[in-house]
Amino acid sequence: MSDTAAIEAEGLVKHYGKTRALNGLDLTVARGTVYGLLGPNGAGKTTAVRVLATLLRADGGQARVLGHDVATQAGAVRRVIGLTGQYAALDEYLTGRSNLVMIGELSRLTGRAARRRADELLEQFDLTDAADRAVKTYSGGMRRRLDLAASLIGHPGVLFLDEPTTGLDPSARALMWDIVRQLVADGTTLLLTTQYLDEADQLADRIAVIDGGRVIAEGMPAELKASMGGQRLLITLTEGSDASAAAAALRPFTTRPVIPNEWDRLIEVPVTATDGLATEVVRAMDAAGVKVNDIAVRSASLDDVFLTLTGHKAEENEKTEVTA
Amino acid sequence: MTATTLSPADLTTERSPFVQFLGDVWVLTRRSLARIRREPETLSDVTIQPVMFVLMFAYVFGGAIGIPGGGGYHSYLIGGMLGMGLAQTAPGTAVAVVSDMETGLIDRFRSLPMSRAAVLTARTIADLLTQVIGAAVVALVGVAIGWRITGGVGPAVEAFALALLFGYAFTWAGVCLGMVLRSAETAQQAGFIIFLPLTFISSAFVPTQGMPGWLQPVAEWNPMSSLAAACRQLFGNPNPAAAVHAWPAQHPELAVVCWSVALLVIFAPLAVHLSNQGTMITRFT
Repeated sequence: MSDTAAIEAEGLVKHYGKTRALNGLDLTVARGTVYGLLGPNGAGKTTAVRVLATLLRADGGQARVLGHDVATQAGAVRRVIGLTGQYAALDEYLTGRSNLVMIGELSRLTGRAARRRADELLEQFDLTDAADRAVKTYSGGMRRRLDLAASLIGHPGVLFLDEPTTGLDPSARALMWDIVRQLVADGTTLLLTTQYLDEADQLADRIAVIDGGRVIAEGMPAELKASMGGQRLLITLTEGSDASAAAAALRPFTTRPVIPNEWDRLIEVPVTATDGLATEVVRAMDAAGVKVNDIAVRSASLDDVFLTLTGHKAEENEKTEVTA
Repeated sequence: MTATTLSPADLTTERSPFVQFLGDVWVLTRRSLARIRREPETLSDVTIQPVMFVLMFAYVFGGAIGIPGGGGYHSYLIGGMLGMGLAQTAPGTAVAVVSDMETGLIDRFRSLPMSRAAVLTARTIADLLTQVIGAAVVALVGVAIGWRITGGVGPAVEAFALALLFGYAFTWAGVCLGMVLRSAETAQQAGFIIFLPLTFISSAFVPTQGMPGWLQPVAEWNPMSSLAAACRQLFGNPNPAAAVHAWPAQHPELAVVCWSVALLVIFAPLAVHLSNQGTMITRFT
């Protein structure tokens, strides 16, 4: 085992009855990096985090966090991790400050150290003004910030963020992203789960795409995008154009089958970008007698990666949502 | 960032596990009490409710209920009311456990290097403290309606101790209820469904002698009957159960201790086991 890895997991398996939530999950996260676990609801992201954070015992495989085995050295793991789950895990009736002090004391800080850390974190997360108000008066964004602050009180070396921005409005989300970037600058290793592709793209140094309880693709965001054929060609035809003629004319430009779509005037195909590609496509369309309103070549997004790998879009598949 | 680093002097990791456990229980008990300070209305089930029940039973039903062997209903009532006042905090315990699981707070605690048993222990201790308030309220209303302790201070202290012992043991059943149920609403309902027959099919409010023959053994072996009989005996109040030949009616104090120990032996380890199983929420995704 390498000394540089903050998190190492090999062949993790977890069943819930007949459901295999984890099905041989492998993961290596280097120290001081942000690692994104990307997948739809039900893919096994939260189960993976719960196993790594010692909340669940895996049925098979093994995992280490900063060198400590999550099954046999759970206590040692808990001393070096922080966890922020999908729901703000706070006492609604306590003030923000009391919550932080409580979590600090339970993280084995003395009362004095816990109060000092609470003050620091309240200031850092811009919560000083609300510090002495009950948490139930907080907005969603403030709760998430306080929740994140709580998971940092013991200076964890590894922080697990399980869907940290789900349900937040765009400005609260941007603020969370800033905070996350700041944490990384401080050297904390971060394992982040998300179903938002842009979030993984923005924050993560490496990404594992998870589906059906195992990793189906892994790499830097740019690598993943490049592996999907790089570019996409988008063409919008004029009203009444012959879509099948357009599809036939496009066949020389792509390796994938082009399926004409009679009722949709937008055609999208993966292409390999070459100099003058757009010009040649327009000429081919003209030769086929097809009129074009708009043409664009864009890089593949993580959405495309996801769709290609899993056969479904990242944000569908809501039916396996939490069954509390 | 301005974060300072932690020095060894800031940590309590050198303390013995038992001292750490006590520290965790203290932190979490303080948390529950802080909630009561902020929202005193959460105490209504040990303040307003017992007062209402005592007054309604004393003045609405009291005149219609005869006590075999003689004695006033007001003197009879308080021994039973004490048990009810304490048992009825159990649904509240279940609801508190469910809501901690729902908010993910229990998950957070489980990710910390703290004692896992401390979470549940602190919950039951905080509830024991509210039960002390409940017992005091019942006794005060009792005094107001003419109930008196005539058996001496020592036995009276023993009666309160027995009631609190049973109440504390019963709290662990409430913890388990909260652990297996998934929402505060169902916990509240289940608590009510268990708690109503438990208190009403007993000698808490009416002597068992008036019940149909098939129901009498159920009521006689009900722990609430034992608790009521023990309290009446120790307070020096009318205790018609003394004329009942069932073992728990003849040995009410021992029966209460046995029931309490049984509840603790079954439900405390079960609660710890259930909490180690993990919480129900966010299993998937």
